[in-house]
Amino acid sequence: MSVARFWRETPRRYNLGGSKCTNCNTVYFPPRSVCPTCPVHRKTLEKMVPFQLSGEGTVYSYTVVHDAAEGFEMQVPYVVALVKTVEGPMLTGQIVDLEPAEVQIGLRVRATFRKLREEGPAGVIHYGYKFAPAGEVGSGPEPRGRLAPVAPSPTGSSDRAPA
Amino acid sequence: MEAGIVSYGAYVPRYRITPGEIGRVWGADGEGMGQSLNVIRKSVPAPDEDTITISTEALRVALARGGIDPQTIGAIYVGSESHPYAVKPTATVVASAVGATPNLTAADFEFACKAGTAAIQTCLGLVGAQMIRYGVAIGTDTSQGAPGDALEYSASAGGAAFVIGREHVIARVRHTLSYTTDTPDFWRREGQRYPSHGGRFTGEPAYFRHVTECAKQMFAQAGTGPADYAHVVFHQPNGKFPQRVGKQLGFSDAQMRYGLVTPYIGNTYSGAALIGLSNVLDHASAGERVLMVGYGSGAGSDAFDFDVTDEITNYDRTFGRPVQDYLDPGLEIPYSVYAKFRGKIHLGGA
Repeated sequence: MSVARFWRETPRRYNLGGSKCTNCNTVYFPPRSVCPTCPVHRKTLEKMVPFQLSGEGTVYSYTVVHDAAEGFEMQVPYVVALVKTVEGPMLTGQIVDLEPAEVQIGLRVRATFRKLREEGPAGVIHYGYKFAPAGEVGSGPEPRGRLAPVAPSPTGSSDRAPA
Repeated sequence: MEAGIVSYGAYVPRYRITPGEIGRVWGADGEGMGQSLNVIRKSVPAPDEDTITISTEALRVALARGGIDPQTIGAIYVGSESHPYAVKPTATVVASAVGATPNLTAADFEFACKAGTAAIQTCLGLVGAQMIRYGVAIGTDTSQGAPGDALEYSASAGGAAFVIGREHVIARVRHTLSYTTDTPDFWRREGQRYPSHGGRFTGEPAYFRHVTECAKQMFAQAGTGPADYAHVVFHQPNGKFPQRVGKQLGFSDAQMRYGLVTPYIGNTYSGAALIGLSNVLDHASAGERVLMVGYGSGAGSDAFDFDVTDEITNYDRTFGRPVQDYLDPGLEIPYSVYAKFRGKIHLGGA
């Protein structure tokens, strides 16, 4: 993957930056510029706003990979899962911090920040989301003033807005 | 000084290896080495973890605990001697991953094991001068010792992030000072994979001299003595040095109890004193005073005199994992898996 292509995708890979239709409230990841759920797609062009997923979800299904993709040889066997996020979108991601035999459908997970791959020993390093058991990353009661995952800027100039 | 710690978070990878297992491979008395270093086990990062990912995880916990809008962060400094890139800042990736870009200043610090405490001092200056609202100081490392070297028994991975500000301060910095000299006790030349060190020279003229002098000067400046502090945290390259220097300065085991974490996770270098401070803050009560003295080879010490404020009673320490979780046994791995994870196996090719 070229440096520029990955760089363009960092908002979604780093921070699960998707989009939300303010007409029907459907959340999309990756972000969409029109809403396929609303009956007249073109009328939603101005209704789509950036939306950051919380990273919380449950394992919908999973597989254990023994024949690694390039760059993942050191992690065999590893788990790739479909994660149903609490906001709705289904994401594909690796499950970490758990042995393959411990992964179950319905397991609560939370997004964690990991190294995805390296472009060789001298190339750029790609980072992004994977999923860890919810008890492993930032679990616990809601803290005082915790940042809401919603409230992005409608201008599209930023994928985050003041809480 | 009105500025201080507003929030904090720590992160340590889950894998562990024991000195006994390392010694088994090299035909050495690993268990004896562990006992002499007072290291029971050390953390090992997964193949997909590095200083950037550990720093990000620690900072995300700190921001969530404090309810801090990342767009209000004016500076992020990451102290480490294991930045993934030689040129390309760790701090920019971390800033982007927590949503703090673009209106902030960011940079990477390196001062062996005290780059994180140096970052706290820098943030205190910026916050104190009211140039920024919040500054973030992170100390993280995934350092390695050469295979079979004494460092391999302790060098581990982990980090902690501190948000420095003037509002809702949970630990106010009353005083901070530094003691810095040119002392070549430990170094890594450009392009070298593993660090070199001066063996026993790393002890008396380096660690003990700097930590002791810095602590004594802090006592003089603050008008305090060991009895004034409920907790003390020293840099901890192993579990033995901080215990010895604490005794020399007149601290009890009870005062050092929470600040000493290296026996359970190994030496996290830039993260070591900061994870110890995180554990202290996990247990501290309002009104308690805390002394932290960091140390970095090369060499220097930074001392901090903290007051834990009433604000800590409103601060949610239950979000994220407490440091104690990381001190408990993790997933123990054999040396063969450790060698694979840490890139010590030559896989062929260029």
